[in-house]
Amino acid sequence: MRAFMLIVALYLLATLAFPLGAMFFKSLTTYRVDLTLFEFQVDAGGGWGPVATGEALNAKIKAFDADDLAATSDTRLAATKLFPDFSFLAPTKYRIRSTAPEAVFLFGSERVADPDWHEYSGNDFRRVVMRPVLDQGFGNYVRYFSTPSLFYSIHNSLYIATVSTIITVTIAFGLAYALTRSCMPLKGMFRLIVMIPILVPSLLPGIALVYLFGNQGVIKGALMGESIYGPIGIVIGSVFFTLPHAFIIIQTALYIADARLYEAAASLRASRWKTFYTVTLPGARFGLISAAFVVFTLVITDFGLPKVIGGKFNVLAVDVYKQVIGQQNFEMGAVVSVILLVPALVAFTVDRLMQRRQVALLTARSVAFEAKPHRNFDMVCLGYCLLVTVFVVGLLAMCQYAALVKFWPYDLTLSFKNFNFDRMDGGGWDSYWNSIHLALLTATLGTGVIFCGAYLVEKMQGFDTGRGVFQFFAMMPMAVPGLVLGLAYIFFFNNPANPLNGIYGTMTILVICTVTHFYTVGHLTALTALKQMDREFEAVSASLKQPVWRLFGRVTVPVCMPAILDISVYMFVNAMTTVSAVIFLYSPDTALAAVAVLNMDDAGDIAPAAAMGMMIFYTNAFARLVHLGLSRGVLSRTQAWRKR
Amino acid sequence: MTQLETAAPFLVIRNLTKKFGQFTALQDVSFDIDESEFVCFLGPSGCGKTTLLRAIAGLDIQTSGTVLQAGRDISALPPAERDFGIVFQSYALFPNLTIYKNVAYGLENTRRPAAEIKARVAELLDLVGLPEQGTKYPAQLSGGQQQRVALARALATSPGLLLLDEPLSALDAKVRVRLRHEIKSLQERLGVTTIMVTHDQEEALAVADRIVVMNHGVIEQLGTPQEIYREPASLFVADFIGETNQFEGSAPAPGRFTFAGVDLTCPASTIGAGEKGVIVVRPEDIVLSQISDAPAGPNHFPARVKELEFLGNNWRVHLDCPALKGAELTANISINRARAFSFATNMEISIQLVPERLRAFAAGTG
Ligand SMILES: Nc1ncnc2c1ncn2[C@@H]1O[C@H](COP(=O)(O)OP(=O)(O)O)[C@@H](O)[C@H]1O
Ligand SMILES: [Mg+2]
Repeated sequence: MRAFMLIVALYLLATLAFPLGAMFFKSLTTYRVDLTLFEFQVDAGGGWGPVATGEALNAKIKAFDADDLAATSDTRLAATKLFPDFSFLAPTKYRIRSTAPEAVFLFGSERVADPDWHEYSGNDFRRVVMRPVLDQGFGNYVRYFSTPSLFYSIHNSLYIATVSTIITVTIAFGLAYALTRSCMPLKGMFRLIVMIPILVPSLLPGIALVYLFGNQGVIKGALMGESIYGPIGIVIGSVFFTLPHAFIIIQTALYIADARLYEAAASLRASRWKTFYTVTLPGARFGLISAAFVVFTLVITDFGLPKVIGGKFNVLAVDVYKQVIGQQNFEMGAVVSVILLVPALVAFTVDRLMQRRQVALLTARSVAFEAKPHRNFDMVCLGYCLLVTVFVVGLLAMCQYAALVKFWPYDLTLSFKNFNFDRMDGGGWDSYWNSIHLALLTATLGTGVIFCGAYLVEKMQGFDTGRGVFQFFAMMPMAVPGLVLGLAYIFFFNNPANPLNGIYGTMTILVICTVTHFYTVGHLTALTALKQMDREFEAVSASLKQPVWRLFGRVTVPVCMPAILDISVYMFVNAMTTVSAVIFLYSPDTALAAVAVLNMDDAGDIAPAAAMGMMIFYTNAFARLVHLGLSRGVLSRTQAWRKR
Repeated sequence: MTQLETAAPFLVIRNLTKKFGQFTALQDVSFDIDESEFVCFLGPSGCGKTTLLRAIAGLDIQTSGTVLQAGRDISALPPAERDFGIVFQSYALFPNLTIYKNVAYGLENTRRPAAEIKARVAELLDLVGLPEQGTKYPAQLSGGQQQRVALARALATSPGLLLLDEPLSALDAKVRVRLRHEIKSLQERLGVTTIMVTHDQEEALAVADRIVVMNHGVIEQLGTPQEIYREPASLFVADFIGETNQFEGSAPAPGRFTFAGVDLTCPASTIGAGEKGVIVVRPEDIVLSQISDAPAGPNHFPARVKELEFLGNNWRVHLDCPALKGAELTANISINRARAFSFATNMEISIQLVPERLRAFAAGTG
């Protein structure tokens, strides 16, 4: 039992704690050309002159400023720059030596690190370049905050996240209010529709917005000259993909309203508005705060959407991508990641606190509120929900239409030509099958690991500290943005010294990364299910001399089957849609569908990108249906005991 | 086997101590249980009964001390290597398995032929009075029926020791009384050594051969129900079991007791001369009579009936007794006897605190 727990704990350590540590370390790694470590001598015909350090030479003529010296790993500085009157035609001879083992210069491609003097003719001396030395410190952070173009992204990200949060929470609250407090028809349908965005990658609404409001957009005029590429597009798309998350939380908060408070308000003849301000809002406040933080984190850490529709509007998440993929500046990517981690950690902490308070409200024995019909109010609610439906379904329908149109906007005949992914860059149909493969592995193996881990935390006897630490690790992934996790994986697994280096670039690392990325929600779902089981099952089974695994197989797993299926469909859907966690980790052999959407969009193949996005949607919708079927069908047999 | 060995106690608990961090839940507990005995652990909630039971089962191994079962030192063995069956307050029936499968759970894996298992399960279900219920699921049974299934499951492997942790406390009063008799008669029939944890003194008195009264992690008294009730070893036991009237005072001489200027004869008192203490008398040990025909003897006082409470089989009488400095007493009187002298409120009567039934406890002994 303990050994098993140790294995799962090691898993979380190796796939979460160590990579994050590696990334943090990387963000503190700086490169600097240290001129004090090189010494020079010149012989202009009259014998060797005095020995001078590079530092001394530079102090006189200021050939390199601080920016030149603060380097990246592949900075090379030419030694000739230190000699203003250098001419390769002159007969002058030069000597250079390194005074510390870490100070290295190159002669051509030959690496020189020994402490001896090396002598070069003027012509050869042109080929001498100095390499930077490795250093530890906050240099990268200092540089980040003193580079306005980078630093300004923080402002942009906060701005976008704040606006999106306010709008999403407002819309979601209205929706949840209508669905819990009115007697309008079609509630079930609306609940389904509002969940749709979970089934698609976050960048899909961006593509839809391009077709609606882009340069050749259908209703471009509606923006009155404003461009969709930038904050407007990011905000609209963010509202789309965060809506379900906010809705679930707020709906739960409104569900647990205590009918007795409403009766009290009614008996005091409080008006509808007064009741709303004095009873409804305070009751839902923890839910609202929690939803706001969740949305804020999702927006600020999302990368796909601003990539597709952000235009020149830089945000933190895209900066990480640009630094790493565009400029190969891994250190700076790590710095931005660490900065990105801050709002996520704050949001996570606040959310946890709120959830605890919310549960405290729930345990007070309240009487469930039941809405009473009220014609006008119900109609207003229905109208509101229809509006939201138009928004959600509209964006999706636009994507679907764009995916089927032959050549937007010139030839609007329908065809399946855009589904011919193999003719585009981005991985083709293989990437789709890779995604399915990844999603299935994540849904099965991941669910297994998560459920066993939760079982050990919840049911194991003793070893309290170990369980506490484990629980902490299990909660951590929720606070780590996918992009940050993915980058951390590069630093950890792409290190030749790491014995796990072999999994880099394989499907395995994608599965591990995805499982870890979405670990927390699954863990919490499993814990909730396990907590509902009698605490004494293990004791009874032991007294009947049955091994633990037998109880696990015959009772624990069957009883928790609904939760297990929930976890696996959650893992499946997220594995299909995630971009941020895997963008740094896929290889040509393991391209993924959601990443293909991004890459095809990047390459200008927007219609195929929309088509692939819709493929993901249909796959996830199908997975949901299968989940529903399993829950209803197979479970009705194994769960017969639930009925009285 | 020699005579001596068969007479050795079945379960021997020695110096058992259990600590949860700084908190001591059990302090140096020692006692023996004989084979086929029915023992109850009785005490207020939180006194350590469950902790003791779980230590015996090996579910929460003690911090120090030894447990011997049938002569074997099982102190450090995990539950699976001990020989017991257990029933919890929640029953812990596996919800997804039928009644049949629940009972058969411990029999599978034992290389018994299927037919034998089937026969054994049928026998057990019969034993607990639930034949023909095998195909149902636990949720389809009443609380009392679930309780019996849990009992059948615990007995399936014919354990040498049956442990019951508050098995009846989740049931309503009537079912509780019926089931405790069923458990008792089942236990007598099977002869299985049984420990039952309860905080309900009536339940313990009704079924136990012997009772272990616990408080704050220590044993207050171990004895038969009669001993515990009639001769409580401490004020705690007297107070916890049954009802009492208590007077604080001191002993002028052995066998005497004074409080508030009143002198009582108390032959069983162990309070030394000049020491302080508490005297305890049970409601049924106060004899009520009409002033005219009060019997002779010590400890007689006039009293007034202040209030009558009808208990069905008895009257509970609340008395005002100016001679005992206005102390309020409660006494019990049977319906028939009350009818015999047309008992009524405000009636002046005579009461006697039966000397042999007074228990005295020196101050600081409980
Ligand atoms: N796992 C535990 N950790 C800490 N304290 C415990 C634990 N189990 C029981 N206790 C404490 O030990 C005392 C005795 O508990 P228990 O044996 O359950 O009492 P009861 O007599 O009601 O069955 C209680 O004060 C309880 O709070
Ligand atoms: Mg208990």
